[in-house]
Amino acid sequence: MIPKTTVACVALLLVLLWPGGPALAQQQPPPAQPSAAQEGFVPVDQLPKPQDTMPAARLVAIAYAFVWVMLFGYVVSIWRRLSSVERELESVSRRIGSGGRTP
Amino acid sequence: MNKLFVPLAVVAAAMFVYAPFMILAAPYESTMGLVQKIFYFHAPIGMTMFMSAFVCGIGSAIFLFTRRPGADRVAVAAAELTAILGIIVLVTGPLWARKAWGVWWEWDARLTSSLVLWLIFEAYLLLRRYGGPGSDRLAAGVAIFGMANVPFVYWSVNVWRTMHPKTSVVPTLLPGMRGPFWFCFLAFTIFYVLTLHLRTRLEKRRAELEAVYLATEE
Repeated sequence: MIPKTTVACVALLLVLLWPGGPALAQQQPPPAQPSAAQEGFVPVDQLPKPQDTMPAARLVAIAYAFVWVMLFGYVVSIWRRLSSVERELESVSRRIGSGGRTP
Repeated sequence: MNKLFVPLAVVAAAMFVYAPFMILAAPYESTMGLVQKIFYFHAPIGMTMFMSAFVCGIGSAIFLFTRRPGADRVAVAAAELTAILGIIVLVTGPLWARKAWGVWWEWDARLTSSLVLWLIFEAYLLLRRYGGPGSDRLAAGVAIFGMANVPFVYWSVNVWRTMHPKTSVVPTLLPGMRGPFWFCFLAFTIFYVLTLHLRTRLEKRRAELEAVYLATEE
Protein backbone atom coordinates (compact mmCIF):
# COMPACT_ATOMS: atom_id res chain seq x y z
CA MET A 1 0.00 0.00 0.00
CA ILE A 2 1.41 3.43 -0.97
CA PRO A 3 1.50 5.89 1.96
CA LYS A 4 -0.90 8.83 1.70
CA THR A 5 1.91 11.36 2.14
CA THR A 6 3.75 9.97 -0.90
CA VAL A 7 0.58 10.18 -3.00
CA ALA A 8 0.02 13.75 -1.79
CA CYS A 9 3.62 14.75 -2.65
CA VAL A 10 3.39 13.22 -6.14
CA ALA A 11 0.03 14.92 -6.73
CA LEU A 12 1.43 18.27 -5.62
CA LEU A 13 4.46 17.82 -7.87
CA LEU A 14 2.20 16.98 -10.85
CA VAL A 15 0.06 20.05 -10.21
CA LEU A 16 3.14 22.28 -10.01
CA LEU A 17 4.76 20.83 -13.13
CA TRP A 18 1.56 20.64 -15.19
CA PRO A 19 1.95 22.91 -18.27
CA GLY A 20 -1.14 24.89 -17.34
CA GLY A 21 -0.36 24.74 -13.61
CA PRO A 22 -0.07 27.73 -11.32
CA ALA A 23 3.74 27.58 -11.18
CA LEU A 24 4.04 28.22 -14.89
CA ALA A 25 0.92 30.37 -15.16
CA GLN A 26 3.00 33.49 -14.49
CA GLN A 27 3.90 35.40 -17.60
CA GLN A 28 7.55 35.05 -18.57
CA PRO A 29 9.24 38.45 -18.98
CA PRO A 30 9.68 39.42 -22.64
CA PRO A 31 13.20 38.70 -23.92
CA ALA A 32 15.41 41.78 -23.85
CA GLN A 33 16.36 43.19 -27.22
CA PRO A 34 20.02 42.42 -27.80
CA SER A 35 22.12 45.50 -28.35
CA ALA A 36 24.47 45.86 -31.28
CA ALA A 37 27.49 45.33 -29.02
CA GLN A 38 26.16 41.91 -27.99
CA GLU A 39 25.81 40.56 -31.52
CA GLY A 40 28.87 42.20 -33.04
CA PHE A 41 31.08 45.26 -32.81
CA VAL A 42 30.40 48.22 -35.12
CA PRO A 43 33.49 50.38 -35.76
CA VAL A 44 33.30 54.21 -35.97
CA ASP A 45 35.96 56.85 -36.70
CA GLN A 46 35.00 59.29 -33.94
CA LEU A 47 34.44 58.67 -30.23
CA PRO A 48 30.71 58.62 -29.33
CA LYS A 49 29.46 61.38 -26.99
CA PRO A 50 29.93 60.33 -23.35
CA GLN A 51 26.73 59.46 -21.43
CA ASP A 52 28.48 58.41 -18.23
CA THR A 53 30.71 60.53 -16.02
CA MET A 54 33.14 57.65 -15.42
CA PRO A 55 36.17 58.42 -17.63
CA ALA A 56 36.81 55.53 -20.00
CA ALA A 57 40.49 56.43 -20.40
CA ARG A 58 41.13 55.82 -16.70
CA LEU A 59 39.41 52.40 -16.81
CA VAL A 60 41.39 51.39 -19.91
CA ALA A 61 44.65 52.56 -18.31
CA ILE A 62 43.92 50.65 -15.09
CA ALA A 63 43.01 47.50 -17.05
CA TYR A 64 46.19 47.57 -19.13
CA ALA A 65 48.39 48.46 -16.15
CA PHE A 66 46.87 45.58 -14.17
CA VAL A 67 47.59 43.13 -17.00
CA TRP A 68 51.23 44.27 -17.26
CA VAL A 69 51.82 44.20 -13.50
CA MET A 70 50.27 40.73 -13.12
CA LEU A 71 52.15 39.17 -16.03
CA PHE A 72 55.47 40.81 -15.19
CA GLY A 73 55.07 39.94 -11.50
CA TYR A 74 54.28 36.33 -12.34
CA VAL A 75 57.34 35.95 -14.60
CA VAL A 76 59.56 37.47 -11.89
CA SER A 77 57.97 35.14 -9.31
CA ILE A 78 58.70 32.03 -11.43
CA TRP A 79 62.22 33.24 -12.11
CA ARG A 80 62.95 33.81 -8.39
CA ARG A 81 61.50 30.46 -7.34
CA LEU A 82 63.42 28.66 -10.08
CA SER A 83 66.70 30.38 -9.17
CA SER A 84 66.21 29.53 -5.49
CA VAL A 85 65.51 25.83 -6.17
CA GLU A 86 68.42 25.55 -8.61
CA ARG A 87 70.77 27.16 -6.08
CA GLU A 88 69.61 24.76 -3.37
CA LEU A 89 69.94 21.77 -5.71
CA GLU A 90 73.45 22.79 -6.63
CA SER A 91 74.39 23.33 -3.00
CA VAL A 92 73.02 19.93 -1.89
CA SER A 93 74.65 18.14 -4.83
CA ARG A 94 77.99 19.78 -3.96
CA ARG A 95 77.69 18.69 -0.32
CA ILE A 96 76.89 15.13 -1.36
CA GLY A 97 79.81 15.20 -3.77
CA SER A 98 82.20 16.28 -1.01
CA GLY A 99 80.80 13.59 1.37
CA GLY A 100 79.20 16.06 3.79
CA ARG A 101 75.77 15.70 5.43
CA THR A 102 72.77 17.76 4.45
CA PRO A 103 71.01 19.69 7.23
CA MET B 1 62.13 24.11 -26.47
CA ASN B 2 65.27 25.33 -24.67
CA LYS B 3 66.78 26.44 -28.00
CA LEU B 4 63.56 28.21 -29.00
CA PHE B 5 63.02 29.88 -25.62
CA VAL B 6 65.14 33.02 -26.13
CA PRO B 7 64.01 33.72 -29.73
CA LEU B 8 60.36 33.23 -28.73
CA ALA B 9 60.80 35.48 -25.69
CA VAL B 10 62.25 38.21 -27.94
CA VAL B 11 59.34 37.80 -30.38
CA ALA B 12 56.77 37.95 -27.55
CA ALA B 13 58.41 41.05 -26.03
CA ALA B 14 58.46 42.79 -29.43
CA MET B 15 54.80 41.88 -29.98
CA PHE B 16 53.81 43.26 -26.56
CA VAL B 17 55.64 46.51 -27.32
CA TYR B 18 53.91 46.83 -30.70
CA ALA B 19 50.44 45.72 -29.53
CA PRO B 20 49.43 49.07 -27.90
CA PHE B 21 50.13 50.90 -31.17
CA MET B 22 47.88 48.48 -33.08
CA ILE B 23 45.17 48.82 -30.42
CA LEU B 24 45.38 52.63 -30.53
CA ALA B 25 45.05 52.57 -34.33
CA ALA B 26 42.01 50.24 -34.21
CA PRO B 27 38.61 51.93 -34.78
CA TYR B 28 36.35 52.80 -31.83
CA GLU B 29 33.23 50.71 -31.22
CA SER B 30 30.04 52.68 -31.95
CA THR B 31 28.22 52.17 -28.61
CA MET B 32 31.07 51.63 -26.14
CA GLY B 33 33.75 53.93 -27.47
CA LEU B 34 37.21 53.97 -25.90
CA VAL B 35 36.49 51.46 -23.12
CA GLN B 36 35.99 48.70 -25.72
CA LYS B 37 39.79 48.76 -26.21
CA ILE B 38 40.01 46.58 -23.08
CA PHE B 39 38.61 43.83 -25.33
CA TYR B 40 41.99 43.44 -27.11
CA PHE B 41 43.59 42.13 -23.91
CA HIS B 42 40.54 40.81 -22.04
CA ALA B 43 39.28 38.38 -24.71
CA PRO B 44 42.67 36.94 -25.82
CA ILE B 45 43.60 36.38 -22.17
CA GLY B 46 40.23 34.68 -21.63
CA MET B 47 40.89 32.40 -24.62
CA THR B 48 44.39 31.62 -23.30
CA MET B 49 42.82 30.82 -19.91
CA PHE B 50 40.48 28.30 -21.60
CA MET B 51 43.45 26.76 -23.39
CA SER B 52 45.35 26.55 -20.11
CA ALA B 53 42.40 24.82 -18.40
CA PHE B 54 42.45 22.24 -21.20
CA VAL B 55 46.22 21.72 -20.85
CA CYS B 56 45.75 21.20 -17.10
CA GLY B 57 42.81 18.83 -17.59
CA ILE B 58 44.53 16.74 -20.28
CA GLY B 59 47.78 16.62 -18.26
CA SER B 60 45.80 15.50 -15.20
CA ALA B 61 43.94 12.81 -17.17
CA ILE B 62 47.25 11.45 -18.52
CA PHE B 63 48.64 11.48 -14.98
CA LEU B 64 45.59 9.65 -13.57
CA PHE B 65 45.73 6.90 -16.19
CA THR B 66 49.50 6.50 -16.68
CA ARG B 67 51.01 7.97 -13.46
CA ARG B 68 53.56 9.87 -15.54
CA PRO B 69 55.11 12.54 -13.27
CA GLY B 70 55.86 14.73 -16.30
CA ALA B 71 52.15 15.04 -17.07
CA ASP B 72 51.45 16.01 -13.46
CA ARG B 73 54.14 18.70 -13.58
CA VAL B 74 52.58 20.21 -16.73
CA ALA B 75 49.15 20.09 -15.04
CA VAL B 76 50.42 21.96 -11.95
CA ALA B 77 52.06 24.61 -14.13
CA ALA B 78 48.93 25.01 -16.27
CA ALA B 79 46.67 25.23 -13.19
CA GLU B 80 48.73 28.11 -11.77
CA LEU B 81 48.65 29.90 -15.11
CA THR B 82 44.88 29.36 -15.39
CA ALA B 83 44.44 30.96 -11.98
CA ILE B 84 46.67 33.95 -12.90
CA LEU B 85 44.96 34.47 -16.26
CA GLY B 86 41.60 34.04 -14.53
CA ILE B 87 42.32 36.89 -12.10
CA ILE B 88 43.24 39.13 -15.03
CA VAL B 89 40.01 38.25 -16.87
CA LEU B 90 37.91 38.77 -13.72
CA VAL B 91 39.46 42.19 -13.06
CA THR B 92 39.61 43.60 -16.61
CA GLY B 93 36.03 42.44 -17.33
CA PRO B 94 34.41 44.56 -14.57
CA LEU B 95 36.57 47.57 -15.57
CA TRP B 96 35.07 47.28 -19.06
CA ALA B 97 31.58 46.51 -17.71
CA ARG B 98 31.49 49.59 -15.45
CA LYS B 99 31.53 51.87 -18.47
CA ALA B 100 29.70 49.66 -20.97
CA TRP B 101 26.91 48.36 -18.70
CA GLY B 102 26.97 50.88 -15.84
CA VAL B 103 27.75 48.20 -13.24
CA TRP B 104 30.95 46.55 -12.07
CA TRP B 105 29.48 43.06 -11.84
CA GLU B 106 26.37 41.22 -12.98
CA TRP B 107 25.53 37.73 -11.71
CA ASP B 108 24.78 36.46 -15.20
CA ALA B 109 25.74 33.11 -16.67
CA ARG B 110 29.05 34.10 -18.26
CA LEU B 111 30.45 36.09 -15.35
CA THR B 112 29.31 33.62 -12.71
CA SER B 113 30.55 30.55 -14.61
CA SER B 114 33.91 32.28 -15.23
CA LEU B 115 34.19 32.93 -11.49
CA VAL B 116 33.36 29.28 -10.79
CA LEU B 117 36.01 28.15 -13.29
CA TRP B 118 38.60 30.30 -11.55
CA LEU B 119 37.52 28.96 -8.14
CA ILE B 120 37.94 25.36 -9.38
CA PHE B 121 41.56 26.03 -10.32
CA GLU B 122 42.16 27.86 -7.06
CA ALA B 123 40.79 24.75 -5.32
CA TYR B 124 43.23 22.65 -7.36
CA LEU B 125 46.18 24.76 -6.19
CA LEU B 126 45.02 24.74 -2.56
CA LEU B 127 44.64 20.96 -2.72
CA ARG B 128 48.16 20.58 -4.10
CA ARG B 129 49.56 22.81 -1.37
CA TYR B 130 47.67 21.65 1.71
CA GLY B 131 46.06 18.34 0.66
CA GLY B 132 48.83 16.07 1.98
CA PRO B 133 49.64 12.61 0.57
CA GLY B 134 47.43 11.55 -2.34
CA SER B 135 46.33 15.09 -3.08
CA ASP B 136 47.95 14.90 -6.53
CA ARG B 137 45.34 12.36 -7.70
CA LEU B 138 42.47 14.18 -6.01
CA ALA B 139 43.59 17.46 -7.59
CA ALA B 140 43.83 15.74 -10.99
CA GLY B 141 40.14 14.86 -10.68
CA VAL B 142 39.34 18.48 -9.86
CA ALA B 143 41.31 19.62 -12.93
CA ILE B 144 39.31 17.31 -15.22
CA PHE B 145 36.12 18.76 -13.72
CA GLY B 146 37.50 22.26 -14.36
CA MET B 147 38.30 21.40 -17.98
CA ALA B 148 34.78 20.04 -18.47
CA ASN B 149 33.45 23.39 -17.23
CA VAL B 150 35.15 25.35 -20.05
CA PRO B 151 32.59 24.61 -22.84
CA PHE B 152 29.79 25.70 -20.48
CA VAL B 153 31.55 29.00 -19.79
CA TYR B 154 32.13 29.53 -23.52
CA TRP B 155 28.56 28.73 -24.63
CA SER B 156 26.84 30.37 -21.66
CA VAL B 157 26.53 33.72 -23.51
CA ASN B 158 24.66 32.07 -26.37
CA VAL B 159 22.33 29.94 -24.21
CA TRP B 160 21.35 32.31 -21.39
CA ARG B 161 20.24 35.92 -21.64
CA THR B 162 23.20 38.06 -20.64
CA MET B 163 24.68 41.50 -21.17
CA HIS B 164 28.06 40.00 -22.08
CA PRO B 165 28.97 40.07 -25.82
CA LYS B 166 28.20 36.77 -27.55
CA THR B 167 30.71 34.36 -29.11
CA SER B 168 29.69 35.72 -32.53
CA VAL B 169 31.66 38.93 -31.82
CA VAL B 170 35.11 37.50 -32.57
CA PRO B 171 34.30 35.76 -35.91
CA THR B 172 32.45 38.86 -37.14
CA LEU B 173 35.15 41.41 -36.27
CA LEU B 174 35.87 43.84 -39.07
CA PRO B 175 39.46 43.99 -40.45
CA GLY B 176 40.41 47.07 -38.40
CA MET B 177 39.58 45.24 -35.18
CA ARG B 178 40.43 41.71 -36.31
CA GLY B 179 44.14 42.43 -36.85
CA PRO B 180 44.91 43.78 -33.34
CA PHE B 181 42.77 41.08 -31.73
CA TRP B 182 44.53 38.10 -33.34
CA PHE B 183 47.90 39.82 -32.94
CA CYS B 184 47.30 40.08 -29.18
CA PHE B 185 46.02 36.50 -29.05
CA LEU B 186 49.22 35.28 -30.72
CA ALA B 187 51.36 37.34 -28.31
CA PHE B 188 49.55 35.91 -25.27
CA THR B 189 49.76 32.37 -26.68
CA ILE B 190 53.54 32.67 -27.11
CA PHE B 191 53.77 34.16 -23.61
CA TYR B 192 51.69 31.26 -22.28
CA VAL B 193 53.90 28.60 -23.90
CA LEU B 194 57.04 30.26 -22.50
CA THR B 195 55.73 30.64 -18.95
CA LEU B 196 54.30 27.10 -19.01
CA HIS B 197 57.75 25.84 -19.98
CA LEU B 198 59.43 27.83 -17.19
CA ARG B 199 56.87 26.79 -14.55
CA THR B 200 57.12 23.11 -15.58
CA ARG B 201 60.89 23.37 -15.26
CA LEU B 202 60.44 24.70 -11.73
CA GLU B 203 58.33 21.62 -10.83
CA LYS B 204 60.96 19.34 -12.36
CA ARG B 205 63.76 20.95 -10.34
CA ARG B 206 61.67 20.69 -7.16
CA ALA B 207 61.16 16.96 -7.82
CA GLU B 208 64.91 16.53 -8.37
CA LEU B 209 65.67 18.36 -5.12
CA GLU B 210 63.19 16.20 -3.21
CA ALA B 211 64.77 13.07 -4.71
CA VAL B 212 68.24 14.24 -3.64
CA TYR B 213 67.04 14.88 -0.06
CA LEU B 214 65.35 11.47 0.07
CA ALA B 215 68.52 9.81 -1.21
CA THR B 216 70.68 11.50 1.45
CA GLU B 217 68.23 10.50 4.22
CA GLU B 218 68.47 6.85 3.15
